[in-house]
Amino acid sequence: MHDDHPDNPHAPVARDHPMTEFERRVDAVQTLLIEKGLITADQVRRRVEEMDSRSPTLGAKVIARAWVDPAFKARLLADAKAAIAELGIEFTQEAALVAVENTQKVHHVVVCTLCSCYPRGLLGYPPDWYKSLNYRSRVVVDPRGVLKEFGTEPPPDVEVRVLDSTADMRYLVIPARPAGTEGTSEAELAELVTRDSMIGVAQARTPALR
Amino acid sequence: MSARFKAGDRVKVRLGSPPRHFRTPTYIQGKIGTVERLHGTYRNPESLAHGGDGLPKQPLYRVRFAQPHVWGKYPGPPRDQLLIDIYEHWLEPA
Amino acid sequence: MSRVHDRGGRPGAGPVDKSEHDLSWWEKRTDAIAMLLMSPQKRVMRVDELRRAIESMEPAAYEKSKYYERWLHAVETIMVEKGVLTREEIERKVKELAARR
Repeated sequence: MHDDHPDNPHAPVARDHPMTEFERRVDAVQTLLIEKGLITADQVRRRVEEMDSRSPTLGAKVIARAWVDPAFKARLLADAKAAIAELGIEFTQEAALVAVENTQKVHHVVVCTLCSCYPRGLLGYPPDWYKSLNYRSRVVVDPRGVLKEFGTEPPPDVEVRVLDSTADMRYLVIPARPAGTEGTSEAELAELVTRDSMIGVAQARTPALR
Repeated sequence: MSARFKAGDRVKVRLGSPPRHFRTPTYIQGKIGTVERLHGTYRNPESLAHGGDGLPKQPLYRVRFAQPHVWGKYPGPPRDQLLIDIYEHWLEPA
Repeated sequence: MSRVHDRGGRPGAGPVDKSEHDLSWWEKRTDAIAMLLMSPQKRVMRVDELRRAIESMEPAAYEKSKYYERWLHAVETIMVEKGVLTREEIERKVKELAARR
């Protein structure tokens, strides 16, 4: 991505900084695993490419469809892996994908307090803050305080539900469809869906703020 | 392995800090909640984490807890909930 | 007292730092190596083992390590544990690659 050439792990590469200890170790471990025939450099490169192809844009497509098609939303809530496959998206994780819906009465927000479980097979790499110790510590005990830091303030009569994904489930939040989008096209709706709204720390954008 | 609990059942999370990998956070141990749904049965990560085969598979539930019950000083409204996935061997009837 | 990775409700945590960085090629590569080893096609290790190795880090090291430094540490730990690699050959290879460049 930045400064290196993935194809040949032995090739000298141009860098604008000396190798860090971490970089040397990654290189050493990869080289040894290749020498032992467990992985190939090509597999590593393809795996990185595969992850780079995963992004919140895919998730946004799923959410926009759920907003315009109630039957699809019902299928998404019942079996998310099968539902996204209808849109040609393969969930590339072994874990199950589970969708939960935010409404005018309920607001879900997702965390993994023990680790960093995330629906990366759909949304790509998790953001740094999701993996951070402060987020993992605080969002379970003070979700509204953390949500406020993200500019999200569910009214007191909304039930805030924190989802701590400790096991084999990866949670996708279906954010509430913004008001005033009745005539908005599916493609335009997808542009309102942010990564953070699919984690539950934010609402979907409103058209005016797009 | 057939599931011991069903949606709506009241359950108590067992206490424990075994010197190995486990998936039940300390903050939820000893708390009483309500089974929301059975996700299915999965290989036991506490065995897989130590090179085991994870068998027999364990039923996995999503359990709902009232936030003010989980935290003595929960700062939000009492209606707020905490949902967490817990394997059956960490649950007992409440 | 909960273990170092068991963060939920831990007192003393401050505001969430919302700044983000694009993963470096090295971080992506660490991710890819671990994912390959854990893939159903290879199953050289399990994600549960990766997690266990991360959780077994010295608490101070866990706290100060970057995310993928923990992952790399865990990959090394599990590969050594399974007899795939030895500590000596990893350290030798690190030195060898450093000298070559």
